[in-house]
Amino acid sequence: MKTKFLLTKNASEKNLPRTNKDTAHIVLKVYRGGSNKKSGSLYSSFLVPIRRWTTVLDALIYAKEHLDSSIAIRYSCRMASCGSCGMKINGIPRLACYTKISELGTHTITCEPLPNFPLIRDLVTDFQQFFNHHRNMRPFIQNPYPDPNMEELSELKQTPEEVDKFLQFSYCIKCGLCYSACPTVATDTKFPGPQALSQAYRYFADNRDDAGKKRLNIIDDRHGIWRCHFAGSCSTVCPKGVDPALGIQLLRSHLMTISKNPRRLAELRKISDEGS
Amino acid sequence: MKVFRDTQNSQDRTNREGLKGWLNPTHYGWERLSYWLMRLTGLFLLVYFVGHVYETSNLVGGVNAWNSMLELTQTTWGHIFLILVIGTSTFHSINGIRLIFAETARGLGKPGRPDYPYEAVSLNNIQRSGIWVALILAAAAMLYGSSILFGGE
Amino acid sequence: MARNIQDAKRGFMRESTVMKIHYITGLAALFTVAVHIMMRLIMPFSMSLEYENVVANYQNVLYALLLESILVLISIHGFNGLRVMLLELRQDAMWEKFVFLFTLAAMLVVIGYGTRTIIIVNGLNL
Repeated sequence: MKTKFLLTKNASEKNLPRTNKDTAHIVLKVYRGGSNKKSGSLYSSFLVPIRRWTTVLDALIYAKEHLDSSIAIRYSCRMASCGSCGMKINGIPRLACYTKISELGTHTITCEPLPNFPLIRDLVTDFQQFFNHHRNMRPFIQNPYPDPNMEELSELKQTPEEVDKFLQFSYCIKCGLCYSACPTVATDTKFPGPQALSQAYRYFADNRDDAGKKRLNIIDDRHGIWRCHFAGSCSTVCPKGVDPALGIQLLRSHLMTISKNPRRLAELRKISDEGS
Repeated sequence: MKVFRDTQNSQDRTNREGLKGWLNPTHYGWERLSYWLMRLTGLFLLVYFVGHVYETSNLVGGVNAWNSMLELTQTTWGHIFLILVIGTSTFHSINGIRLIFAETARGLGKPGRPDYPYEAVSLNNIQRSGIWVALILAAAAMLYGSSILFGGE
Repeated sequence: MARNIQDAKRGFMRESTVMKIHYITGLAALFTVAVHIMMRLIMPFSMSLEYENVVANYQNVLYALLLESILVLISIHGFNGLRVMLLELRQDAMWEKFVFLFTLAAMLVVIGYGTRTIIIVNGLNL
């Protein structure tokens, strides 16, 4: 793949004076390329003014608005809530909205598309495979109750301690950073990835779910949970503290039937039970 | 059970890191380094093991065959190779024990309610210390091996 | 990924069983290899490599059994590890079948060749 460096106009740091003592400049290198391998790839460099709290996303939006409107980027909430702006920043998968320029500590910021995802264009990647792996884990509560035909209102009882067993895994925003960082995903297309496996644990550990054995059968496969080797990269890059590595190892301990964390199915509480 | 497939080829390797992903021990911390070293040491020890089984089969050929094999292996480079074997096998064994504990969620902490700065509970110094112990013991074993092989009896 | 439970079981063994064997063989090999290495230290190292001393070790039945167990345990552990790495490299059906057969064959060849050495040397009368 040919890589050329293209400096846009005014991109030379020497030419632009500092106009304000609070404003500095960084060189933003953005990968430009499509899924068509014949077109080759190049990096565009932009000189972007930054302030103390400027994030990589702010810098990219500045570059897109003022310097080159053809940059393809994906973003939405700007507050690490939607997971849209995942990209490789200085070699590590990060959320662009959640990464301050100042914390990177370099004068040149290199933005590349998330590895292990098929590329659409520039910094935008295709998440369909990723979402399919997630869907294959049956990411929903499976329980015969509450029966929609029941006449009475009812709920599945769950204590705060039981919620704590799976809560952190439910914070996943499906940003794909863990999938990018995983060394197994780098070569194994059938491996579901840390996100899907941690979601399998999220539902396994939820005591409202009654499909524990089915979930274990899904992941007990030669390309399933056993291809995780606890490289820990997923937990290193996760921006929400989901710690997918922990979820996967907890799930594995259940699969090997040596977990000290017994599961008890949630009781069904009917409205008529109140006061009794 | 319906399995979801994407409309693209599910074997789509576009933009996958490939072997570079395996061979990169940097950027991600001690556990990634441990993964990289386990793969390298494992492959190295497998090659050594096959060679060792072949090498010891020279016993069948009698004392002359055995001695000519020793002439090849009991050299300076042979000793250096053996010292590497000692180090890699020590690291692989001790880190392997650490991984058996870690992969069954022993020493990884418990799930809870994450809060800023969202540090992962599983990447703690308790299980990481296993990597450090493995590296230190591997170095110590290599030093001891050197003293035996090069130091004389 | 498995299409259904039957598919997961259709392989030679469930992957969880294979990996349990991987862990157990690894732990067991650690102890047996430790004993094997200690035997090199009960006399000066260079003496321990002399032909007569090595053959004397092989002719001890317990030591011969130790060597056989090391051979089996490490072959299984090592070639299963290789199988795991090769499976991660490519994922088509032909390749997976080839990897399974190759590692199984290699395991059996190494065990067979090593067992031959142990049996022959054990039977030698100096």
